[in-house]
Amino acid sequence: MNIIVVGLGKVGEKLVERLSREENHNITAIDIKRDVLQDTVNSYDVMGVFGSGASVDVLSEAGIEDTDIFIAATASDELNLFACLLARKLNSGCSTIARVRNPEYSKELHLFKEDLGLAMIINPEHTAANEIARALRFPSAVQIDTFAKGRVEILKFKIQQGSPLANLKVADIKNRLSSDVLVCGVERGDDAFIPGGDFVMEEGDFISIVATIKDAAAFIKKIGIKTNKVKDTIIVGGGATAVYLAKNLIKSGIEVKIIEQNQARCELLCDLLPKATIINGDGTENRLLLEEGIENAESFVSLTNIDEENVMLSLYAKTKTDGKVVTKINRIAYDEVIRNLGLDTIIYPKNTAAEYIVRFVRAKNNSIGSNIETMHYVLDGKAEALEFRIVENSPISNQTIESLSLKDDIIIACINRAGKIITPRGKDVILTGDRVIVVTTHKGFKDISDILR
Amino acid sequence: MNYKMISYVLGCVLNIEAAAMVLPFLCAVLYDESAKWVFLLCAALCMVVGVPLVLARPKNKTMFAKEGFVAVALSWITMSIFGALPFVVSGCIPSFVDAIFETASGFTTTGASILNDVEALPKSLLFWRSFTHWIGGMGVLVFLVALLPLSGGDNFHLIKAESPGYSVGKLVPRVSSTAKILYGIYIVFTCLEVLLLKIGGLDWFESLTLSFGTAGTGGFGIVNSGIADYSSYVQVVITVFMTIFGIDFSFYYLILMRRIKSAFKLEEVWVYLGIVVTSVAVIFFNTRHLFEGAFETLKHSAFQVSSIITTTGYSTTDFDLWPQLSKTILVVLMFCGACAGSTGGGIKVSRILILFKSIIKEIKVLAHPKSTIKVKMNGRILEHETVRGVNMFFMAYMFIFTGVLIAISIDNLDFTTNFTAVVATLSNIGPGLSQVGPVCNFSLFSDFSKVILTVAMVIGRLEIFPILVLFSKNTWKR
Repeated sequence: MNIIVVGLGKVGEKLVERLSREENHNITAIDIKRDVLQDTVNSYDVMGVFGSGASVDVLSEAGIEDTDIFIAATASDELNLFACLLARKLNSGCSTIARVRNPEYSKELHLFKEDLGLAMIINPEHTAANEIARALRFPSAVQIDTFAKGRVEILKFKIQQGSPLANLKVADIKNRLSSDVLVCGVERGDDAFIPGGDFVMEEGDFISIVATIKDAAAFIKKIGIKTNKVKDTIIVGGGATAVYLAKNLIKSGIEVKIIEQNQARCELLCDLLPKATIINGDGTENRLLLEEGIENAESFVSLTNIDEENVMLSLYAKTKTDGKVVTKINRIAYDEVIRNLGLDTIIYPKNTAAEYIVRFVRAKNNSIGSNIETMHYVLDGKAEALEFRIVENSPISNQTIESLSLKDDIIIACINRAGKIITPRGKDVILTGDRVIVVTTHKGFKDISDILR
Repeated sequence: MNYKMISYVLGCVLNIEAAAMVLPFLCAVLYDESAKWVFLLCAALCMVVGVPLVLARPKNKTMFAKEGFVAVALSWITMSIFGALPFVVSGCIPSFVDAIFETASGFTTTGASILNDVEALPKSLLFWRSFTHWIGGMGVLVFLVALLPLSGGDNFHLIKAESPGYSVGKLVPRVSSTAKILYGIYIVFTCLEVLLLKIGGLDWFESLTLSFGTAGTGGFGIVNSGIADYSSYVQVVITVFMTIFGIDFSFYYLILMRRIKSAFKLEEVWVYLGIVVTSVAVIFFNTRHLFEGAFETLKHSAFQVSSIITTTGYSTTDFDLWPQLSKTILVVLMFCGACAGSTGGGIKVSRILILFKSIIKEIKVLAHPKSTIKVKMNGRILEHETVRGVNMFFMAYMFIFTGVLIAISIDNLDFTTNFTAVVATLSNIGPGLSQVGPVCNFSLFSDFSKVILTVAMVIGRLEIFPILVLFSKNTWKR
């Protein structure tokens, strides 16, 4: 597919990186900063066009006539919307995606969504808040993705010290823990594996499991991770993300306390979030945090605008409370370092935003060539979880899974038979009409037959 | 430095070279020459080195600009060494220095030869000699990138280091698609020329080898007389195609995409064609007493001009006997070279154009010291970095020219010979004047000078900096 990305900020660049990794896209990036453009062209397999995304000449040079998806991700909402409008004028067949952060715009956007051909509006703060809320509702599971319309989840968590999973073979889980879950991926250090039955899990590994929501909860309990929903949370930093997050949490009955330094902002928050407790003070001050009961808090979220501060705050919070700690990181450069700090949940707003868009692009792409229903990146982006629908005469249907000659690094993680979730074992048979989830470190699968040798 | 990735690229290049040797092998089989075993053996040798390097595929595939430069420079050196094997093994060119000179001359599309009697070579070796032009013309790494899905945008550094021009851009977002388009255009034009030559009465062998020489702007002939003894039709066809291959390939792509307006906005192409027409006109009037009739004069002057400016180096007549004005124009064209983004060598018309515009800008600034003037190209402002890069290239070119000139003067040949021999190799043309004129060759140089000139050819083909980077201590630090 031909894709144009306007604006190579944090989200734009991440997006270009993700999309250019997939084989079937031709990406053209537009930016008004030459050096940023040059860096992007040097690092990723994309074409760069210098200029403004709101200029007809620039868009024509970028090949707007043949573009399938137009993504405007500059810092300015107005420019993004205008660029999308222009793109539609020049090519009425393209889908447009705009980054719109101002809640005042997004509220009214449905009024002219149609006119702009907006297929999607992305708001990084909003998506990040959703992600955090999800993590808070399911403590200790580092990452949760849902499949099969929410019936199946992929949970990723770290094997803690003394966990019954440490030094256990993957094949022994079923007997030892009498639990019907399937380990679909293991991350150890920088490597990602799709484990076979003989794989031995170790302490410190990040394990991804596939299970129904009920089984997942039971399994998590069995291996000794607390599953109760948090009852309250302390948020440091009262920016846009905090507002979205607080609204979301308050709705599901979680008490929210926001610590914000700026008096005026506090007053605004007070107005926006009548049910939240707003504290005007410096969140980096230990005494204030202790006074506000960090030791008894069941969760703690650091959302200031300074990454370093967020990391320090979270590390401090970890020493004071056993609750869930969530850290927001805007810039990603020190990914590996941050991971080794032992912070359990880290949210990268630009990643989540880029991920949402990539999913949309995938789905759009799939509607033309392949039969992938949904697609998620798992194992830190090193693997993909793909949901396929099995059509008639599929090469993998009507035979036991054992007898299929699968490629390496592939696992059939789940079968959804008309809403009934089956954890596939060797003797199971895949039938026409089933939906299967395949987890693989291979990239660019288009059809279920791609999993065969 | 990602040494493993560089050795992986080298391995790929060697395997491509082994595959390339299949064609002359088939040629040898066709003409039932004993050289067929030579090519099998040499291809096997390439594979013996190449395959293990490719199999040791590195995990870390990142390549930065530095790795790109080094990989390209080393690839070209390796290619020239292994490509020389058939000449040595078959015994046609017993001296290894001579064989490498000949091969480097082939790959860099120079077309300078050390052979006194080309016709003595078996046909398969002549075929290999010409085929190296074709491979080197568009570039072996461009070919590699077209075939191999190398990771990320890193492979762009390979194309950047190998392709000529002051700023190498892409035609389409994907590097590999860009490379495929370039090779597509290259192959179509080559086939077209082969067909037209075949129609003109040449046999397949002649049509192929001459087309390879034209397409790559190389200039190896297959008979001692060069192109002089072919029919006027053949000479005209070659003239036209040499000019075609000297034009920026993005011009053809834009036309193909029906973006005619953008295509005709490429200033370089117009300046290039302008230089060709003007030079032909001047030489036509300057040499009309030498030939019978206007057509003959026009044909010879047009052939020589397009042969020299595209840095092909074919000749239909001994232009060393031409009047001084004509000879001087030809030597100046040797420096100038063809368009960036073509298969030709030299400094490139676009760089000359930018240098010229910079000078005009300088004069304007002298008149109005506070005025803001920017150098523009194709209607766009050129960044300071680009202009500086062009200036540096020109300086480096001149310094290397001088250095090589001094180095080879140790052989005590006359100045014209040395001067034109250096420009003919550094700009990848082939023949020069005087003792290296179109009817002579480079065999009179000592081994020392041949090695220097071989290096000059590779430096010229890769546009200087990739090779110079090899000599920097900083490059090799981990």
